[in-house]
Amino acid sequence: MQIRVTVNGVEHVSDVEPRTLLVQYVREALGLTGTNVGCDTSSCGACSLHVDGEAAKSCTLLAVQADGAQVTTIEGLAGKDGSLHPMQKAFMENHGLQCGYCTPGMVMAATSLLKEIPNPTEEDVRIGLEGNLCRCTGYHNIVKAVLACAGK
Amino acid sequence: MIPAAFDYVRAGSAAEAISLIGQHGSDAKFLAGGHSLLPLMKLRLAQPSVLVDIGRVTDLSYIKDAGDHIAIGALTRHMDVEKSSVLAQHAPLLAHAAGHVGDPQVRHRGTIGGSIAHADPASDLPATTLALGATYVVQGPKGSREIKASDFYLGFLESALAPDEMLTEIRVPKMNGAGWSFQKFNRRAQDWAIVGVAAWRRNGDSGVALVNMGQTPVLASSVAGALKSGASIADAAELAVAEASPSADNNASVEYRTHLAKVLVRRALEQASA
Ligand SMILES: Cc1cc2nc3c(=O)[nH]c(=O)nc-3n(C[C@H](O)[C@H](O)[C@H](O)COP(=O)(O)OP(=O)(O)OC[C@H]3O[C@@H](n4cnc5c(N)ncnc54)[C@H](O)[C@@H]3O)c2cc1C
Ligand code: FES
Ligand code: FES
Repeated sequence: MQIRVTVNGVEHVSDVEPRTLLVQYVREALGLTGTNVGCDTSSCGACSLHVDGEAAKSCTLLAVQADGAQVTTIEGLAGKDGSLHPMQKAFMENHGLQCGYCTPGMVMAATSLLKEIPNPTEEDVRIGLEGNLCRCTGYHNIVKAVLACAGK
Repeated sequence: MIPAAFDYVRAGSAAEAISLIGQHGSDAKFLAGGHSLLPLMKLRLAQPSVLVDIGRVTDLSYIKDAGDHIAIGALTRHMDVEKSSVLAQHAPLLAHAAGHVGDPQVRHRGTIGGSIAHADPASDLPATTLALGATYVVQGPKGSREIKASDFYLGFLESALAPDEMLTEIRVPKMNGAGWSFQKFNRRAQDWAIVGVAAWRRNGDSGVALVNMGQTPVLASSVAGALKSGASIADAAELAVAEASPSADNNASVEYRTHLAKVLVRRALEQASA
């Protein structure tokens, strides 16, 4: 089936099998491998990206469900000149990553969270990131980074 | 993990969805948010041959004050139920429970109709709407009918919905200032409840329903009956499992679930009475 998806500001028209997962589509068809697959069972959040501005788990979405949508992946957050998004900067400055595997998903979930709760408490951040697991258990610094990005 | 191949069709309205599902027969399934169906399809526990995508039937995404009840379109997402000011005022128990479904990513996609149609006893919204005495509106080729939540759940993932019927609306009676509580006991954030309780109380009346305490969500009528005839909260809570038939799994034995249900019903009633 033909779909038309705008990914990181670029429109793509593609033929996909209906069973193609959105994460497969961005990684394999578009070569945007920043979005990781962790659990593949909608638990870990590593595959989080934005669909129409809201975080979603792309291992649990079909590409055809994103037909007509605006999708943003981690590659789309940084400026055209490579300058980091404030959330990426905050993760770097607060040591919010260790191995980095969960990081793209964490950053996408965190930017979506700040859109919904611009002025979060620490508890808001912890609860807001409950769909994202970090195997390196760097949660303290991840929460610190998100709070720093929110100006706290 | 990739689902088995299927054909995909998209419906623009409830009427079109019902006609498409009728056309494609018993192997076709509705796709709403996909957050129950797609995980099952990826594990090949479900292999529908056709998916009828109702995710774009946006005129079934609404929350309206309808006088004595609030009418919620089946395609309303958990996040919109959670954040609804109409529900905050008239059915805060439901808004609160919706805010405890999964995680934000799940709540951005999953719908209240999908959750109810899926009829998972471990899900939060079937039990919560059951406690609130909700009515479900379903539409089929022969027109629409109303089903009381208490008549809807027939077995594990089994409901009174016919294969060619679509759930279109959930009607939740206004709570009119009733005290309420939602107790969700789990070991990990984001998880389903090991046991959950949705409860409300107003003067002599109450409604209590249990999550994950049997093959269906369970209306704990004995608890409400005991309260009505003047029993103490502690005594009423002892009757928590009278209608339940919990089973054991990796998280809990039958004994542990039974214990949890009594404790959580007591806590819920105390909070709802405060
Ligand atoms: C990681 C994760 C965690 C979760 N945690 C929880 C939790 O803690 N508590 C909880 O309650 N739920 C939880 N869920 C489930 C979530 O709430 C689902 O969104 C919901 O159960 C199904 O809604 P959906 O719109 O995604 O339905 P879908 O998956 O699209 O559909 C589910 C089933 O219902 C049918 N269906 C859907 N809509 C209709 C309709 N309008 N009429 C007739 N049939 C219909 C479909 O054919 C399918 O069989 C979780 C899900 C995930 C992935
Ligand atoms: S890979 Fe999607 S949630 Fe883990
Ligand atoms: S930094 Fe390693 S998984 Fe989170």
